[in-house]
Amino acid sequence: MFRESGVRVQQGEHCTTVEQALSAYDSLGSEIVAVKSQIHAGGRGKGNLYCPNSGDLILEGGVKVAFSREEVEEYASKILGHKLVTKQTGPSGKMVSNLYVESGCDIAHEFYLALLIDRETESLLMMGSTEGGVDIEEVAEKTPEAIHKEWFQPSMGLDEEKAGSMADSLGLKGPSRDSFVEMAGRLASMFVDKDCSMIEINPLVLSGDGTMVALDAKVSFDDNASFRHPWWHEIRDISEESEVEVRAHEQGLSYVDLDGNIGCLVNGAGLAMATMDVIKMYGGEPANFLDIGGGADSESITAAFGIILEDPSIEGILVNIFGGIIRCDMVARSIIEASKETGLEVPLVVRFSGTNHEEGRIVLDESDLDVVTVSTLGAAGEAIVGAIGGLLE
Amino acid sequence: MSIWINEETKVLVQGITGSQGTFHSTRMVEYGTDIVGGVTPGKGGSTVTLPGRDVPVFDSMSEAISDTGATASVIYVPARFAAPAIIEAADAFHEINGGGLIICITEGIPTLDMVRVVAHIEQKDDVRLIGPNCPGIISPGEEGGCKIGIMPGYIHSKGRIGIISKSGTLTYEAVAQTMSVGEGQTTCVGIGGDPVNGTGFIDCLAAFEDDPDTEAVVMIGEIGGTAEEEAAEWAKSNFSKPLVGFVAGATAPPGKRMGHAGAIISGGKGTAEEKFAAFEEAGIHIARDPSKIGDALLEALVEAGLREP
Repeated sequence: MFRESGVRVQQGEHCTTVEQALSAYDSLGSEIVAVKSQIHAGGRGKGNLYCPNSGDLILEGGVKVAFSREEVEEYASKILGHKLVTKQTGPSGKMVSNLYVESGCDIAHEFYLALLIDRETESLLMMGSTEGGVDIEEVAEKTPEAIHKEWFQPSMGLDEEKAGSMADSLGLKGPSRDSFVEMAGRLASMFVDKDCSMIEINPLVLSGDGTMVALDAKVSFDDNASFRHPWWHEIRDISEESEVEVRAHEQGLSYVDLDGNIGCLVNGAGLAMATMDVIKMYGGEPANFLDIGGGADSESITAAFGIILEDPSIEGILVNIFGGIIRCDMVARSIIEASKETGLEVPLVVRFSGTNHEEGRIVLDESDLDVVTVSTLGAAGEAIVGAIGGLLE
Repeated sequence: MSIWINEETKVLVQGITGSQGTFHSTRMVEYGTDIVGGVTPGKGGSTVTLPGRDVPVFDSMSEAISDTGATASVIYVPARFAAPAIIEAADAFHEINGGGLIICITEGIPTLDMVRVVAHIEQKDDVRLIGPNCPGIISPGEEGGCKIGIMPGYIHSKGRIGIISKSGTLTYEAVAQTMSVGEGQTTCVGIGGDPVNGTGFIDCLAAFEDDPDTEAVVMIGEIGGTAEEEAAEWAKSNFSKPLVGFVAGATAPPGKRMGHAGAIISGGKGTAEEKFAAFEEAGIHIARDPSKIGDALLEALVEAGLREP
């Protein structure tokens, strides 16, 4: 994508085996190469690789510079099939199944450059820093003045004046400045054309020959624009994503897995968050965020129950519905259906409000389902946390 | 009184012939909203039957506004067509009426489309956009009222509380909370949960400050961005009425999008804690449990001498 957009990157190859890594080394024809772990998280260079079974430390650093074929073999075998733990992966880390083997680069200076959508100004923002190759969040915290910013509109692109001013802030002069201005303009166009939500190049390097090279980058796309980019499917690696979240999404559910033991099923994203907050307030821990959406039906509610109950740590379920378009009696019937199908065995608390809430409660009360019905969110939180014996004093 | 809309507001529906458009147009008319027509390109000249009235369908917003005298429009078109629909409405209202109100319900509009839309609308300061990805706006009347959106009308009642919220069902929760302490609403505005949108908290607060019938406001935020902090800071010196605030997402993990495109804590910023702290610092009465919003409101009203203890 960078190459197509005219942004210089090093030659490199994607590999999934040690053999491929070695043949990539041979074909690149560069004595020094970088062997890079490819996972959907940042902080790889400073991360460590661990054995997934024993937990033993295998390798320090998820991005290594290899000076020989032997070193490529060593690093590739120590990275592939091992867990990379970085600041962004959390302690459980991520299994590495992909490598990128890339020609070495003659580095004169390392910069940091990012493009993103700035919510405050509702425009696009380019951020640059001379402190490349390091943890940028740390730079932002300790020396915010070292981060330079230029705002622009997608319809106008990044003009030469703004790109030039960024180059000046980064201390680039002469041909390096020209190279930066050209690259920055292309990068801004790429951001807009490909519907990115973030491009982070770290490091962006000034190479020995005075040109700018994007040595490593992270790119996120705006999900909402997927209809404009059918090719995203081809480059998407589902194995890097949460399998259950992907499956929930296919059912029209918005689901995020969390660490607690109380499953939540809610209509509306804000209300779903508020439900988690209330569970916590009463001393419980939410096991998930789950918004069934405005168009939920019996089928998606059954699927939602199934997904919640897959989590072995679930000890109780809280259903919180404020009926609008969704009718509480429909949800009640779906709950009864779903609990039969999934063989529900944990305590269930249901809070209905809004459209047909009385009817919904009657449906549940008249069923043989073991369920506690309440009318406010606070009472719901208290009831479910109480049911699993976790109420705060 | 109310802000931005009232029972006299004449409303157009963009996407009126679609299933969502027709369904919600029916509900809006049932509530009392004066739906005067709709727009679906290619279906101009036809009519849509709503309770008690047949309304004309137009090919363009210009025709629809000229013909009906509408001053507001609500958009139910699919995400990929929503940005052009907003821009068409903004241009038509600006040129024909010298302004207008656009409410976009559609969820899932690409963020860059919204950046372009917002930049376009900023050039036309007589046009107001509410949303997208929101439940709409409602001003309850003595009987019925004006509802432009998808919220269940019957939960509302005319009163003196203004409500502003990023979320849909959580707005309904806030409405129910005001009702639980015997208070009705002047206007409830759902500003939507997208990272880039039209009307924000401050616009709503400013309008409620100027509305003599609004005596207190409930503000419902959620994690992500800094709109709540900015609103709190603004309210300190510009808002004189009692204010109650809640923020959803205190338990949301960082870096994870919680349903709404804008609901994400990124780089450690946009947490519920920061927002609650900003609210407290600005003297806003906070409820940490949404089922305590009613209590917080009651306390705020009593403190302001607007209700007996």
